[in-house]
Amino acid sequence: MIQWTKLLTTILVMTVILAVAALSVPAIIDKINLGIDLRGGVYVLLEAQPREGGAGAGEPEEEPAGWWQRVRDWFDGLFGRRSEGGGAISAEDMEATIAVLNKRVNNLGLTEPIIQREGERRIRIELASDPNNPDQNERSILELIGKTALLEFRNSEGKTVLTGANLKNAQAAYQPDELGRNAPVVALEFDKEGAEIFAELTASHLGKAIPIYLDGEQISAPQVRNIITDGKAVITGVGTIQEAAELAGLLRSGALPLELRQLEVRSVGPTLGTDSLTRSLWAGLIGMGLVMLFMIGFYRLPGLVASFAMVAYVVMVLGAMVGLNAVLTLPGIAGFILTIGMAVDANVIIFERMKEELMLGKTPRASVISGFHKSFSSIFDSNITTLIAAGILFRFGTGPVRGFAVTLSIGIIVSMFTALVVTRIMLFNLVNSNVIKRNWLLGVNKR
Amino acid sequence: MTFDFTSRARLWLFIVLGIVAVGIVSLAVRGLNFGIDFTGGTKLLLNLPGGYSVAQVRAVLGRVEAEDASGRKVTLENSYIQEVVGEGNEVVIRTIPLSEDEREALLKAIAAEWPEFSEADVLNVENVGPVVGGELIRNALLALLLASVALIIYVSFRFQFKFAVTALLVLLFDTFVVVTVCSLYQIEINSPFVAVILTVVGYSINDTIVIFDRIRENLKYNPSVKVLDQTVNQSINQSLVRTINTSLTTLLVVTTLLFFGGETITPFVLPLFVGVICGTFSSIFMAGPLWYLWSSHGGRVHT
Repeated sequence: MIQWTKLLTTILVMTVILAVAALSVPAIIDKINLGIDLRGGVYVLLEAQPREGGAGAGEPEEEPAGWWQRVRDWFDGLFGRRSEGGGAISAEDMEATIAVLNKRVNNLGLTEPIIQREGERRIRIELASDPNNPDQNERSILELIGKTALLEFRNSEGKTVLTGANLKNAQAAYQPDELGRNAPVVALEFDKEGAEIFAELTASHLGKAIPIYLDGEQISAPQVRNIITDGKAVITGVGTIQEAAELAGLLRSGALPLELRQLEVRSVGPTLGTDSLTRSLWAGLIGMGLVMLFMIGFYRLPGLVASFAMVAYVVMVLGAMVGLNAVLTLPGIAGFILTIGMAVDANVIIFERMKEELMLGKTPRASVISGFHKSFSSIFDSNITTLIAAGILFRFGTGPVRGFAVTLSIGIIVSMFTALVVTRIMLFNLVNSNVIKRNWLLGVNKR
Repeated sequence: MTFDFTSRARLWLFIVLGIVAVGIVSLAVRGLNFGIDFTGGTKLLLNLPGGYSVAQVRAVLGRVEAEDASGRKVTLENSYIQEVVGEGNEVVIRTIPLSEDEREALLKAIAAEWPEFSEADVLNVENVGPVVGGELIRNALLALLLASVALIIYVSFRFQFKFAVTALLVLLFDTFVVVTVCSLYQIEINSPFVAVILTVVGYSINDTIVIFDRIRENLKYNPSVKVLDQTVNQSINQSLVRTINTSLTTLLVVTTLLFFGGETITPFVLPLFVGVICGTFSSIFMAGPLWYLWSSHGGRVHT
């Protein structure tokens, strides 16, 4: 007799999978973080270097050399390299540099930039292209990092007395020049300490010039006419009002404590990125369709069940990537599509085992149960071994290797779940509902 | 229908060694075509409105000067130029690392030759310093080394030491074949290649362990070394359909990526294709037979 509740349970699970997929996939695709290679934009990797005798002479980062560092040093030795020299860089200076970059970004009005520290002395900046903001390109990043914006007021002996570190505000403004024309200037306002130093400086330099340096270059040398106690000053000779505004913005953000050298610049045109995305999405859909056809053709009813499990797999992996805030890149997509092919592996193992049991003369019900039971150790050990490898790649790899390890680990865990739980629920209910009367439906042609 | 894999175990081993020899020769003679991710350099993907010839692009590059690693001024005439097949007039130019000013100069020279050339025709710019690439490959190698150690420990614990070492040999062979194919066909190797190798590693482990699991199971019923060849053969045969079907489903997806994925992922997918096929063959012909060769002495196999 057919057990209708069991059959309905299977159909219900299938419907739920399809409904969840239909409802969540558009939202997931909307939310998922796309890498620069897929949305277009600029990626810059910078390496910080201590400024010669400059501001960045903080305490070096004192981390005890862990075992991993020692292994790495030993490995470097094999390759005939030593750790990069060039002086120590303190963690504070790195943080301060990133803070300055973040401020500059806001001043430039760039949208959604990612500025992150990578390793000990590297900073990664990603800037996605934005159709509404044509300034959002390579040049604006280079502008972001190109200038140090170290402002110095020097005394008559040439010693630096006051720097931009004591600035409270900087604004572009107009001020009449000697001929009475309105000329663009940058109006400075010092904090309390700066105002005091500035008052002393102007007092001791009455009638003399105070040269103002920007990044080591003298930009103006105004004559002191009276003692200034309110901490306000202007820089003249700054070009157009736009240039004045840019300089004011740079000064407001503060000086970069470290010198930044470009290691890597990549920019992808927005059309190329979108093109790659659509192409790989289509490839994924077609590939999935083909795998489904193959599974249904070869394993019949269990193949159909596996196809639904595969939809569940795709939705769960994408959902997990959104949840973990993982960034989807082109190799990542290719890797993900590949795991679709590999995810059915657990199903293949189970179904093959089921067929063996059927051929030994067992009933469909007994074959399904012992098929799952006997393939467990195989699925478990093969997946755990791969997971261990993925875990190590994640812990010790860098950059793309890491991202790949995340995709791989999520794929392995989810595929074990879909095969051992989702497929199982559907298949057990199906076989218990007594609808499977013929072995043909389970992929066996012989009686 | 059952196949005999173990009686020719030595033959498979020789074939494997032969392939390794080909690989070593190819690596020694042709080497690998490392892309800018590893060597450092600038790579531009440009659209040249109205079409171009490689010679024409080369002539334009000859008019641009840049500083090389030792600080000398050289022209960019010797850069790598590749025509992009497909619609449009796209070209790939690979040069020594260029500074921003040098890049600007190059684009100006291009604009002088192709008057309709605009900023929108600069489809892709990549500039990589020489430091990063070496680090990437070094870290990946180190991670692979640690993963191998962990693999040996886990498989020794769950199975036995000989299975562990065999699985590792199979894995190393698979990755070596992928590297060899890249050398033979001079496929450009960039950072995604590291991910390819890792995928092949994962795939290879998976495939091998499934067969070993079957051997382990069958050994429980029949641990005698006298019939070890039968036990191993039976295990490979029982897993055969699974091994082939899994690689078929994987190849279905890889082939779709190859055809529909577009130019950008071809250098990624092609080695994968090779890796999956090789992984399938090595798990059938190498894993079981090799383990058999090693274990077919003594009286009883301990699992």
